[in-house]
Parts: sequence; structure tokens; C-alpha cells
Amino acid sequence: MLKKLRRTIACIFLAAITLLFLDFTGSLHAWFGWMAKIQFLPALLSLNLLIVISLVVLTIIFGRIYCSVICPLGIMQDLFAHLGLKSKKNRYGYSPAKNILRYTVLALFAAAIIAGISSFVSLLAPYSAYGRIAGNLLSPLWIGANNLLAYIAERADSYAFYSVPLWIKSIATFAIAAATLIITGTLAWRNGRTYCNTICPVGTLLGTLSRFSILKPVIDTTKCNSCGLCARNCKAACIDNKNHTIDYSRCVVCMNCIDNCKKGAISYTVRKKAVAPATQETGDNNLSRRSFLSATGLLAVASIAKGEEKKMQAGLAAIEEKKVPNRETRIVPPGSQSIRNMAAHCTSCQLCVSVCPNEVLRPSEKLETFMQPEMSYERGYCRPECTRCSEVCPTGAIRLITKEDKSATQIGHAVVIKENCVTMTDGVNCGNCERHCPVGAIKMIPSDPQQKSSPKIPTVNLEKCIGCGACENLCPARPLSAIYVEGHVTHRTI
Amino acid sequence: MNKDNNKNINRREFLKRFNTAAAAIGTASLVGCKDGNSASTSSAGTKTPKEGGMTYRTTPTTGDKVSLLGYGCLRWFSLRDKETGIIDQEGVNELVDYAIAHGVNYFDTAPVYCDGECERVTGIALNRHPRDKFYIAAKISNLTPDTWSREKTLEMYENSFKELQMDYIDYELLHGVGMGKGIEEFEARFIDNGVLDHLLEERKKGRIRNLGWSFHGDVKVFDHLLALHDSGKYTWDFAQIQLNYVDWKHAQEEHPRNINADYLYGELEKRNIPAVIMEPLLGGRLANVPDHISLQLKERDPDKSIASWAFRFAGTRPGILSVLSGMPYMEHLKENVETFSPIEPLSQEDMDFLDSTAQQLLRYPTIPCNDCKYCMPCPYGLDIPGIFIHFNKCINEGRMPLTSQDPNYREARRAFLIGYDRSVPKLRQANHCIGCDKCRAHCPQRINIPFQMKRVDRFVEDLKQEREFDTTTYIWAR
Repeated sequence: MLKKLRRTIACIFLAAITLLFLDFTGSLHAWFGWMAKIQFLPALLSLNLLIVISLVVLTIIFGRIYCSVICPLGIMQDLFAHLGLKSKKNRYGYSPAKNILRYTVLALFAAAIIAGISSFVSLLAPYSAYGRIAGNLLSPLWIGANNLLAYIAERADSYAFYSVPLWIKSIATFAIAAATLIITGTLAWRNGRTYCNTICPVGTLLGTLSRFSILKPVIDTTKCNSCGLCARNCKAACIDNKNHTIDYSRCVVCMNCIDNCKKGAISYTVRKKAVAPATQETGDNNLSRRSFLSATGLLAVASIAKGEEKKMQAGLAAIEEKKVPNRETRIVPPGSQSIRNMAAHCTSCQLCVSVCPNEVLRPSEKLETFMQPEMSYERGYCRPECTRCSEVCPTGAIRLITKEDKSATQIGHAVVIKENCVTMTDGVNCGNCERHCPVGAIKMIPSDPQQKSSPKIPTVNLEKCIGCGACENLCPARPLSAIYVEGHVTHRTI
Repeated sequence: MNKDNNKNINRREFLKRFNTAAAAIGTASLVGCKDGNSASTSSAGTKTPKEGGMTYRTTPTTGDKVSLLGYGCLRWFSLRDKETGIIDQEGVNELVDYAIAHGVNYFDTAPVYCDGECERVTGIALNRHPRDKFYIAAKISNLTPDTWSREKTLEMYENSFKELQMDYIDYELLHGVGMGKGIEEFEARFIDNGVLDHLLEERKKGRIRNLGWSFHGDVKVFDHLLALHDSGKYTWDFAQIQLNYVDWKHAQEEHPRNINADYLYGELEKRNIPAVIMEPLLGGRLANVPDHISLQLKERDPDKSIASWAFRFAGTRPGILSVLSGMPYMEHLKENVETFSPIEPLSQEDMDFLDSTAQQLLRYPTIPCNDCKYCMPCPYGLDIPGIFIHFNKCINEGRMPLTSQDPNYREARRAFLIGYDRSVPKLRQANHCIGCDKCRAHCPQRINIPFQMKRVDRFVEDLKQEREFDTTTYIWAR
């Protein structure tokens, strides 16, 4: 019964959170957005104390049910474990806790948060790891299916579906997502919740709390016949049936043992005086399997070509692809307030990247900001009517912003490279940047101040420019635009 | 299809039914059907027209009996293989064979058509028939100014013979006179360098049987050419003008520098110069009209296709030698052959009816683009006709929100934006137009392309940003 309940809630959470990452229209966030916001690390990093305290209280009352029904990476591992179990029943067994490893990782993780080593934080954050898997690996399938429907709809003269560009935003992030899936998936398939109980810092943290939880599975030694069925089906490997003890720091309250016990010897109930668990160190060579970070470069993804159409039809000129300019300061979206704020709060879940409709956001490839979102304008620009990334961000790395505030926030400023301007190179009139600047910050002026009739080049009013990138994106100069945006370290409000 | 769409769908559905089974609304017929035989057949070309029924007109100078339906060969590009870009010669042959079998004998080519392949492809198809079965029209085109020297011009002229593989040309035209900078440009291009004198010699020799020109644009050049004719210095055997029931009296409303076709035709008729008609459908716009206008036409005669009205208008007057139609598809060819075999001249009442139709059409803010592709390629990669066609299509299908308060605003917005991305890749859309103006000189319809691009762009931005707008007050103001 309890197991069924747990499974049902877990399935709902997993499906809804996955949909958050797949839904490119951004319309599901109104319904399920809160599910991302109650994730532990995002709540912690956005200093959402109410949620953090609620989760702590939840754990103290019920044990680590967070890990069983809320954390998408945990639920995903249960799925893999379930599949693994199909092939071989009663496969698990008790193993002692790897406390040294667990607490070392937790300590390192805490240190990384404080020191602002965000790439390490992002790598281990469980919700974000799942987000990357959903955003990088599932989303292409979803979009592919959508585009197929769009193709059919187009032929049926229907506007129910529209085609969405499919492109790999960062190969490194894609590879990390694939590696995470393979590692956690394999571990779960073979050993259940190994990852959650040895590496995951959230698991370790909640585990220290759940030792003292009020409700927990308890073995009634009077009924127990020591058959070991519970231990062999415990995916957390935390039931020591010889000593009739359960390691509550690792128990994720999945209720499987309660269901499995033929004698009804285990019940989920108020704790009794704990019998001191025997902490013996037994040699274990499972550890070697769990070497975690070694396999990042597993997948060669070069086969998926870039989404740019290059097909020539008669009468259409070829269009050269734009190159990313060398930006001294990266651009982070309106609402993120500053690069510091972004680095301090972002867990690189990629929710903003997967929801950006303008093909602007992509994960950073630089080590210090690895996988965190940043903006670039080769494929589109930050359109004035869109504030989606700020609506979905669960961590406070991108705070909610209105359209009005957005158009008054300077996230960067445009820089003119006169030599690239088509008025100089092609001898034509242009002014496309001036025409499309949403705040009227660009004016065309003669390139030679002495000669009124000389070719006109853009000049940028830095007081007005908000760094949206309309000018850079719509600049006809290729492969490098004649006007590009430099990010601001701290965003300013006009 | 959701409920909100029903109105539009129904209308479209309604039209489809009209086109496939016109007899279905016989009850709505107001004017008696003159051709009783066709009552049981659809007007979409399922009936095979009788051979030998074609209407012919005779030229005053050479006595040629020219079919009133002429074949415009500029649209063979529709028969291009999508992968290789090669024009399907077999397909062209089949069309040409059908046309000749049904009495079409005037074939209009130019060196610039179909990326320069038109003459060769048409020549191959025609040379499978006896030379006296058809008349070929060729042109001296205006490409870039560096082809305007005497040498280059005559080279282009001679090249037509080679490409067509023919040793005489029945109708040689100076292509698009009146475009560009007016009389001076014409004089410099054809007279001062002796090109025209050379062509007169060629006419004497019989390599050119009829000499004329096609006219677009500046009416001063038109008057100048006729003055030359009147002086007897250079006489013209025929002339090609744009004529249809919109341009007849309303060309100037589309563009102030356009000239109404009734003037052009009148001046030619006075001098007994036969007129070849181009753009009888205004680039298809008179075949693909807004829904309620097509209803009116159907109600007047359910058995007549929308396009046939325009063709009959173009062919009714006696001074018309031939009405050109670009027909890359067999269905169009069959339908048009039927319309002209023989032509049913329009009554004055019909003409008045079409004039009122024209006035209604002008109220629709379509862009007068004919998809002739003269403007292409745009150096900055835009798909100019693609953008305009999508725009016009939305207007004609009644799917265009005219203000942000329209009851169908949401769905119309969605349809416009999704359809826009479907018809034109993002990188080739209107917001990439930089206004370099390279295209403008090439547009025979004198569309101010950069200006129209800005309007389309502004409209798209209004939709995307969901700004309030009222197109009737600012965006379509002519």
C-alpha cells in the first residue's frame, strides 16, 4: 500500500518534471513550475528558507522520502533498478555505509558552494543532473516527434504544431549528460541507490537528518525469522538482517521491505530506541566501479550536424553561418542581476536553456562557469516579449522579471566594428541595426565626420543600449557581425 | 481543427467544392450559362477541349495567324527537379505538344528566363515540330548595364538563335523598355549605338519577321516609341503590354507611376499595332482572389473558373494579338485552351462587373508581386517573392488580422507566424532586409521592395510582441 503510494507520487513527479524540460512552449510551467522550485539545492541556493525548512521537517518526520518521490534523479534510478530487478530477483544485499567517501564529497561540495566553484556544484547537483539528461537526451526525441507532427500538420494545412529547431547547444554538456545517464543508470541497474548513498551530497545531507526521523521502517524482532528477503530487496543496501538493524541514513523509505516481508515483521512506524548499529568496516570492491568522473568524454556526438539549412534553391543566395564573436564578458540573461549572482545560484539544470524560444541561451563551455547558461546571438536575439528563462529558473540565478523591467535592464552593450559594416565593405545603405533596436540606442552617422556623404556606420548610445542583441543578430555582415554585444558584469537598470 | 477555425475552414472548404464540382451550386447562378455543353463538366480542366477551336488573330504586317492564347515560357522553373535543379525536358515537351495539338502557336521566350535556360529548353521542345506550326518570340533583355554595349547586345541577340536552334525569329522584342532611367537610357541602349538600325536590317533580311518591344514603366518612353513609329523612322509590327481588368483603369492606384492599360491599348489600337498581352492574371493574383470575390465570380457563372474571367477580359478586344500565360502545369494549359477555344468575348456588362471586382480587389492590401523572380537573388539572402506570397496568401484566405482587436486575432496571429516560418526560413525573412535597394530596379511591377519589407517586418513585430495595431490606419496606407 505504502509502496504503491510512493510509486504513484514518484511517477507523477518524474513525469511532470521531465515535461518541464521538454515543453518548449513554456506553457506547462504555470502548472508544474513549483516542482522544480521545491528541489532541495535550487531552494537552498535561492535562499528560499521556507522550502528548505519544509524539506528538513519533512525528512525529520518521514525520513528521506524526498529522495524517493521528489528528486527526479532518484526516481529515474528507481526506474533503472526496477528494470534491473526484472532480470534478477532478490539481488541486493547489505553493505556497510561508505561514510568517509560520503562525508568527504559532502564537505567538498559545501566548500565548492562557498568558494563559488560552480562547475563542481553543478556536476553533482542531482536535480540539475537529471535536468541535463532530460534537456539534452530526451528533448531531441520530443522535438523530433513534434517536428514530425508539424510536418504532417503543414501538409494538412493545420497550425496545431509548428516546427522547432533542433541543435546541440553545447557538445560538452551533452557529453556530461550522457555520461551521467550511463553512470547512474548502470549503477542503479546493478546496485540500486548506490549513487544516492555514496556520492549525492543532497542524499548525504538528508541522510544525516533521517537518522533521527520520527517515522521509519522498523523490524519487529519477535516476528522476524531472519529470512533476509528484505535485505536482498533493499536497493539502498541498508538492512542488516543478521543484526536486525536498518541504516536510516541510507534508507530512502521506498517501503519495498515492508511489502516483501512475508511475516509482516517490518512496519513504518514511530521509532523506538535505536539499537546501536554495528559499524564494522568490511572490505568492499564495489568502490572501484563507482569511479565517477572519469567517463565524461564517452560519446562522440559529432554526427549530429548543426541545424542550419544550407540547401540552395534556384534564385536564393547562400547565407554564410555567423561566428561567435570573442566576448570579453559573457552575457547572462535579464533577471540574473550579475555574473556573480548567476555563478552563486545556478546549478546548471538547463531549464532556462531548454525553454529559450529564441535560440539564445546555451550552456557555457568555459571551465569556471561550466554548463551555466550564457547568451549569444548568432541564431536569434533576446526578444522584447520574452521573459521565459526568468519564469522557469528554480534557483534564483535568474530572478523573475517583467517585460517592462527587462527592456530597462542593461545586460550588456553593443560594440561597433566599423570595418565589418556592409556600408563600408559592400558600398550599400543599411541601417538594419538602427531599425531593429528596440530602445532606439543606435543611430547611423557618416563614417567620415568631414564628409556628410560618406558611408553611414552605426553609433551606440551606451546609456540606452540594453544588450538584447537585435543589432548583432540582424547585422548582414557575415561571418562576424559589424556590431556585437559585450556583457556587463553587473546589470544596470536605466 | 478547433471550433474557432470553423468559419475559415468552411469558407475554404466551400471554395474547394466550387473548384472541383462547380455545378453543385447551379442554383446560385445569376447569368445563364452560355456554353450549355460545359454544364456537366468542371471548369478545372477535366474536359478535353475540342481541337481546332482556338481563336486566332491576324497581324497586319506579316499576316500571321496567331493563337489568342500564347505560351509564356518563363515558368519552366516550376518543373525543376528539387534536388538537381534540372528542368524536366520531358515535361516541357509534353506541354508543348499538347499546346500545339490544340492550336497554340505563339511561344514567348527571353534570355533571362529560368536562369538562362528558357530558350534552350523551349527550342528543344519546339524543334520536334515543323517550323511553320509555331511562332517564336525572343527578346533582347536588360540584364546588368555591362551587357548594354552594342557588342554585348548583338551577342545576346545572336545567342538566341543558337540557343533556340532556329534560323529566324518570328517576333523579336526589346525587353522591358521604360524600366530604369527613361528615354535617355533607351536612346543610349538601342539607338545611339546602332543596335536598332541593325535590327531593322535583320528584319529586311528576314531573320526577324516582326519587330516590337515589351513595355514596363515610364510612359514617356512608350509615347516616345510611338512617336518614332509615327515618324516612320522605326516602325513596330507589334508591342507587348501589361493588361488585365485591374490594370485597365486602376494601374495608377497600385503605383502612381504606373500607367493604365486602357491608355496603352488605345494608343496601339489607333495605330493598328497589335498588342501582345502579358500579366493577364496579374501574376496569378486574379486567379487566387480573396474568398468573397471568388464567390461573386462563381455566382455570376458557376461553370467559369476564376482565371477564365481574367483571360477573357484580356482577349476580348480585337486589337489583341495574343494573351500570354505561363503554364507549367497541364491542368492550367487545358483549362486555358478551353477558355480560348473559342474565346467568348465579354459583354460591356461583364466588363463593368469585372471593373467593380477590380475596385474591390484594390481594397485588399496585397502586395502586387507576381513571383516573376526578376528581383532574385537578393544579395543578402532574402526570399523576396516567398515573403510577399505568404503575406498575400494570408490576406486572400481571410486569415489576416487587420487589427489587434479582431475576433479571430489569436488564431490568425498563430497561423500567420507559423505559416511565415514554414514558407520562408528565418534567415530569409523580411527583418533581414537592409534596404540596399539592389532589387528595386528589377521589379516590373515597380514594387518598392525595401519599403514593403519594412511593412511586413513591422507587422510581424506587431504580432510577435502582441502590440496593439490597426493595419487600416498605418500599415497599408497606400
